[in-house]
Amino acid sequence: MDYLLTEEQKMVRDLARKIAEEKIRPVAAKYDQSEEYPWEVIKVIAEAGLFGLFIPEEYGGMANSVMNLCLATEELSRACGGIAVCYAASALGTFPIVLFGNEEQKRKYLPDLASGKKVAAFAVTEPEAGSDASAIKTTAKKEGDYYVLNGLKHFITNGGDAETYVVIAMTDKTKGARGASAFIVEKGMPGFTFGKKEDKFGIRASSTRELIFTDCKVPKANLIVKEGMGFIATMRTFDMSRPGVAAQALGIAQGALDLAVKYAKERQQFGKSISSFQGIQWMIADMATEIEAARGLVYSTARMVDAGISGVSKESAMAKMYASDVAMKVSVDALQIFGGYGYMRDYPIEKYVRDAKITQIYEGTNQIQRNIIALQVIKEAAK
Amino acid sequence: MNIIVCIKQVPETTEVKINPETNTLIREGVKAIINPFDMYAIEESVRLKERFGGKITVITMGPPQADAALKEAISLGADEGILLCDRAFAGSDTWATSYTLSGAIKLIKDFDLIICGKQASDGDTAQVGPGISAHLDIPQVTYVKKIEEVKDKTMRVERMMEEGYEIIETPLPAVLTVVKEINEPRLPSLKGMMRAKSAKITVWTQKELNLDPQNIGLCGSPTQVVKIFTPVQRSGGQIISGEAPEIAEKLASLLKDAIN
Repeated sequence: MDYLLTEEQKMVRDLARKIAEEKIRPVAAKYDQSEEYPWEVIKVIAEAGLFGLFIPEEYGGMANSVMNLCLATEELSRACGGIAVCYAASALGTFPIVLFGNEEQKRKYLPDLASGKKVAAFAVTEPEAGSDASAIKTTAKKEGDYYVLNGLKHFITNGGDAETYVVIAMTDKTKGARGASAFIVEKGMPGFTFGKKEDKFGIRASSTRELIFTDCKVPKANLIVKEGMGFIATMRTFDMSRPGVAAQALGIAQGALDLAVKYAKERQQFGKSISSFQGIQWMIADMATEIEAARGLVYSTARMVDAGISGVSKESAMAKMYASDVAMKVSVDALQIFGGYGYMRDYPIEKYVRDAKITQIYEGTNQIQRNIIALQVIKEAAK
Repeated sequence: MNIIVCIKQVPETTEVKINPETNTLIREGVKAIINPFDMYAIEESVRLKERFGGKITVITMGPPQADAALKEAISLGADEGILLCDRAFAGSDTWATSYTLSGAIKLIKDFDLIICGKQASDGDTAQVGPGISAHLDIPQVTYVKKIEEVKDKTMRVERMMEEGYEIIETPLPAVLTVVKEINEPRLPSLKGMMRAKSAKITVWTQKELNLDPQNIGLCGSPTQVVKIFTPVQRSGGQIISGEAPEIAEKLASLLKDAIN
């Protein structure tokens, strides 16, 4: 398949692939086991300039586009979905500043995020506010030149390792979703600490941690746009970042298929390679076709976002939902092709199944994505 | 510090196939890469530039498509690439190659250091670096594993030996050939790749270099490849077991038979 990529996009893809093969694949199992943050790889990704892909040039970025971010995330995910999400989650934490930050905030925070000197995180989820983001309990109370934050965020990717956080907190509880605001919070601000680090099923190279705010004083200059913009900022951020999660899922699926095909060619049973059996061949055909369908959806959505087309919620949701469902199915089938060996941790394939699962859950469960899609389709029909 | 790095484009494989009739390498279908040892030379030059500033010029002699190797070097941090490309240079052995490269280096004039990889992965001669130093009549330090100290007119380096290492102080300009222990080459950056894409590679032919025609190309090459072949793989050998005196006796008799 030719994806009609530009020279620049090919460059991004090839560079990310080189990093994935040379610097990520050899250490993927190590970080999966140790659950340590993969700083050595983050440094390589930073030096290569890939953290600049989601930041405009005037703030130190380069080749800034959602399509480039997707290509990079896909390639990194082919080797390790966990390490790739450390990268993609920094994009997620950066988008609210890129999209809604004022000039001063952009100048202050974006250059270090573009160079990869610092990574970012986005903090919306709370123990009782998952899919229902309007149930957020963390509060921000204005006191003089500061907002005082109190509450708990959990399941925050890059939590503890990121330096720059965009945190959603309620400035006016009576207004529901319209009472939510977004703040840039720096690691080390008084009253900002970290809680439990999660022990996860997959994407174990990435850190997932609780953020605890106890009378945390955040300068009012760190409020994004104005009070009440938190929910809109969150939704627009997810519209931008969902193609990235879809690309992560796509990369996991492709990586699993690559391994399964290689194994099927090598594995001999009944005197021949198992890739010569129709049962295996049909599985491979389905997997490859589903991956291409997902890729078409992901790339088209990313291109729409880059073209500045407004209202991409439906397409973003479709790309994220479909690619992650494909990743789950393909990785399970890939493990099946490995047979008994695939179930063993000595082989790399079981990790793909574990890494794939989260893509159906985070940045909006696939059930929430279906809500978004259906609502939009019905709305369009009513026009 | 102005540095010249001499590189070679080689086939990407350690098992190069040979055409037994022409005694040349079969390059068709094999991807061309920068000689792996030259990657350490490029990386070391970039590290020196990061510390001391200056300019890195990368030179290679080869066919027109060797400009890809120079562009890759630029993506890794070099400033400029010069391709020595002329039919008249074809068939050069290590003597003619180092003569031609040194001719280009004389034309560049302003340099403090020349770095080469210790040898090329296809020819394995390790002669071009030392050859350049001889033609330019400047010092050479081969198998450098560490640059210890850089002063205005001198440099102190560690040179790898079979057992241990030597510390050598050399006046500058000098030629260094480097081993893989010296550094870990970086990957290209997106910025570098974009710079490389738009970079213009300077091409010098015999016209620009104006070298003695008797010393270049095939006719300037005192050595000729008479025969080249893939050695037959040795078989596993034989294990003699038993008590020591018994083994010695068996071995002696086997050796005796082999000689006869």
